[in-house]
Amino acid sequence: MNKVVKDAYEAIKGIESGMTVMFGGFGLCGIPENCLKVLAESSIDQLTCISNNAGIDNFGLGVLLRKHQMKKMIASYVGENKEFERQFLTGELEVDLIPQGTLAERIRAGGAGIPAFFVPAGYGTEVQGDKEVRIFNGKPHIMELGLTADFAIVKAKYGDTMGNLIYNKTANNFNQPIATAGRITIAEVEELVPFGELDPNHIHTPGVYVQRIFQGTNYEKRIEFETIRS
Amino acid sequence: MSLDKNGIAKRIAQELKDGYYVNLGIGIPTLVANYIPEGIEVILQSENGLLGIGPFPAQDDVDPDLINAGKQTVTAIPGASFFDSASSFGMIRGGHIDLTVLGAFEVTEKGDIASWKVPGKLIKGMGGAMDLVAAAKNIIVAMQHTDKEGNSKLLKECTLPLTGVNCVKRIVTNLAVIDVVEGGFKLIERAPGVSVEEIQKATEGNLIVEGEVPEMKI
Repeated sequence: MNKVVKDAYEAIKGIESGMTVMFGGFGLCGIPENCLKVLAESSIDQLTCISNNAGIDNFGLGVLLRKHQMKKMIASYVGENKEFERQFLTGELEVDLIPQGTLAERIRAGGAGIPAFFVPAGYGTEVQGDKEVRIFNGKPHIMELGLTADFAIVKAKYGDTMGNLIYNKTANNFNQPIATAGRITIAEVEELVPFGELDPNHIHTPGVYVQRIFQGTNYEKRIEFETIRS
Repeated sequence: MSLDKNGIAKRIAQELKDGYYVNLGIGIPTLVANYIPEGIEVILQSENGLLGIGPFPAQDDVDPDLINAGKQTVTAIPGASFFDSASSFGMIRGGHIDLTVLGAFEVTEKGDIASWKVPGKLIKGMGGAMDLVAAAKNIIVAMQHTDKEGNSKLLKECTLPLTGVNCVKRIVTNLAVIDVVEGGFKLIERAPGVSVEEIQKATEGNLIVEGEVPEMKI
């Protein structure tokens, strides 16, 4: 079995307009830069994108947005992207804002075969909508559904040729749950090593979840708010 | 007189106990980390997957893979741990965090909170706020008592979209420490030099004043 592909161009083969795609990352931390770049260069559009954030105006998911390749965005916070706010307020872009914990758990549940579960977050707010409500331990909970995608695109620090992945520090974030929830999962990594080289004790994403993996290049790893101690 | 942001943070820091695991929201709550009392150790949790947030890094130690929930670069303390976002919110939703501090636009006498959306103006999304207020076992809200025009932010009902209902227990403002109890806002402490009358005038919701109300000791 060979999961290794040459680059992002090969990795995204099969992603078509209208599909649902999940992207790992928190802000600009841990985003699959190579795949985002080639998607933005393509003519693929009408995408439903699922990610915690929408990048910034000219980097990350923000580029797909600016080029009007997104039909719908499912996210928990889009504050750092002015173009997003604009497209949202004018109605050009369909948006589903979901509490971050609920989003993470919906994705985890989707990958883990759990079709529905109950959480307290959002009860009594507009997030509740017409979702089913049940009382557990005297407290109201709303029913949320597992979330999966046609493609899941994640970024890791280390990966081996069979798709085992290790993330670095806070660049894990949504990558780990998202890796489990794609029908096809693409992983781009900073360092691709031979199968057998990674310590089994340290693997975050067992290779069973990953269908395609490649050695990424030229990571910018931009920082949104560089903050140093005075 | 009325406290500034640091004064509010200082008073909230008095609620910290040794060994507490704490989540601090963006804004005034992050300042609480600057006032952790002598001799006690708290461990700060960041919802994006870090337990053990350290101080901001020196220029040479800036690491793009190490940020907090506000997307600022940080460090991790010796003994920190990293984990994914689903685990992070499991930690929060499962009631494992001892104290959550967050800001608000409005709070009601029933403990409802509005902190994420101003229709037509601010629709950035709720991030982790709803998860935090719905499940945290101990929530303190840090906020200004009134808005820039002098209107009360401690209300009978929220005018803005809600973040959560019946979830706020304690509020620390520039004027007072207030607990949400059966019947309304109970005045616990006054900011130094601030009178009960001043606090009453600034509170639209029902303010319960019992006996002599002490000043904050900060």
